[in-house]
Amino acid sequence: MASLPFSDDSRFGLRRQARLPGPLALSSGASLGPVDIAYETYGQMNADRSNVILICHALTGDQYVASDHPVTGKPGWWWRMVGEGKPVDPARHFIVCSNVIGSCMGSSGPASLDPATGEPFAMRFPVLTIADMVRAQAALLDHLGVDRLAAVIGGSMGGMQALTWPTLFPDRVERCVVIASTARHSAQNIAFHEVGRQAIMADPNWRGGDYYADGQPPVAGLAVARMAAHITYLSEAGLTEKFGRRLQARDAKTFGFDADFQVESYLRHQGLSFTDRFDANSYLYITRAMDYYDIAEDHGGGLAKAFAGTKARFCLVSFDTDWLYPTAESRIIVHALNASGAQASFVELSSPFGHDAFLLESPELNRVVDGFLRGGRA
Amino acid sequence: MSGTLRPDLALIARTVRPGARVLDVGCGDGALMAALRDNANADARGLEIDGSNVAAAVARGLSVVQGDADTDLGYYPDASFDYAILSQTLQTTRRPDLVVEELLRIGAQAFVSFPNFAHWRGRLSLMWGGRMPVTRLLPDTWYDTLNIHHVTVDDFRALVKERGWHIDGQWFLKGDRETTHANANLFAEHAVFLLRK
Repeated sequence: MASLPFSDDSRFGLRRQARLPGPLALSSGASLGPVDIAYETYGQMNADRSNVILICHALTGDQYVASDHPVTGKPGWWWRMVGEGKPVDPARHFIVCSNVIGSCMGSSGPASLDPATGEPFAMRFPVLTIADMVRAQAALLDHLGVDRLAAVIGGSMGGMQALTWPTLFPDRVERCVVIASTARHSAQNIAFHEVGRQAIMADPNWRGGDYYADGQPPVAGLAVARMAAHITYLSEAGLTEKFGRRLQARDAKTFGFDADFQVESYLRHQGLSFTDRFDANSYLYITRAMDYYDIAEDHGGGLAKAFAGTKARFCLVSFDTDWLYPTAESRIIVHALNASGAQASFVELSSPFGHDAFLLESPELNRVVDGFLRGGRA
Repeated sequence: MSGTLRPDLALIARTVRPGARVLDVGCGDGALMAALRDNANADARGLEIDGSNVAAAVARGLSVVQGDADTDLGYYPDASFDYAILSQTLQTTRRPDLVVEELLRIGAQAFVSFPNFAHWRGRLSLMWGGRMPVTRLLPDTWYDTLNIHHVTVDDFRALVKERGWHIDGQWFLKGDRETTHANANLFAEHAVFLLRK
């Protein structure tokens, strides 16, 4: 495969950060600038730049889609999908994965310094939307010299970004893969997020968001937020299979409030380990962006209208045990795509693992994404 | 290649106009859609109830949506396709008449193919054995068959007449060969109709 002469360009590779020119106009009417974006690229762009794939991460994900995480040391969050011989393959594709704005892994977010004051933005950071995240990704692609995406792919919040891409940039996307996601956040989704935000704000260490100076973040609140959210990522059957009512490192109940049950211990671990790698204020901003997400509302109430101008082909996947973004949410999108005449595929896959299934071993998911990306004509 | 297609599908593939917009309802793993795309440059979309079939079709690069012909056809706009195709699925739907109405709303024309339950082998089995027929085309036993509405060529013609649909074409198959229209109700194993409103 021919590669461009700038394949050793410093813009390409692992652990990159770009400062994008100009302020970014946000959905709220505010603007943000300068904008920093942290990202990684894998593989090489081919000569006609037709092999670029953008991968969008979920709420607490990051740019380390297929390389070891610098904080946890764990493999990239979608190593099952991205890598040699996988559906998204750096041997064939030029892969871009950026950290969304509002997050805390190197992109502009509430922990960034406000150039006006020299202090962290904290809650003075502007409220963002999913569309704002997508506009920032588009600016990053401009910076990388990428006009068109062979595909944009994402699961969960990443799926919201992927679905937003052809509505904002109908000429820049050829294929769009939306996994375990939705076209709008439901009341139930908003309700769970509000529980998490209130847990953070109720932590005395939160202090209106200004906790950066003394290194005492609202760890307890953030852990509770993560515990509540984590339950929504699983299924009852999966939890029962994994833990049942088994006790944790003891033979009998203590008749107290220790983590008697394995499931309690598991959730506490999930909550606490999350606080090592994530900023509480970022959690507030990103969940808010998801709550505001409603593509139909952004297009005068018509979801089909949102896709009217695009030639993109769509592939949607849901999982039968996902109750956070259930199959019905994907069907709403498929029906709108049918109504707009767009090329759409949809499949509901079977898995016991609930919403998290999109991150786990799923040969069927890999097969569908691989086939869709190859397009079947080769 | 259409040469390896099931006989009723090969017949439909030969008849579809090049470049047509086609909706294949109950498209299975997309064999007909792939043939229409590759040989007739058709813009083919599919609807299929079985998830592993959908996955197989998507892996062929086809646009297939997992869904149920009985409930999901209403989501397709009027006159959005040149052809709507229902092959070997009619007898498995809850309301075959309503499904065909939907096909004719969505497509300018509709292909409907189905096994003929009045074929003489079936009649013999019922008449002499007193048992529900199990044949090459209808291999399932009565308790695990997906075929919930047993239809014959003459039944279908009567429905067409009653609803005022037009028959633009009709073909009758015995094995992989076309057979005569005369006594089709007795001798055809399989029927293919091309309808218009």
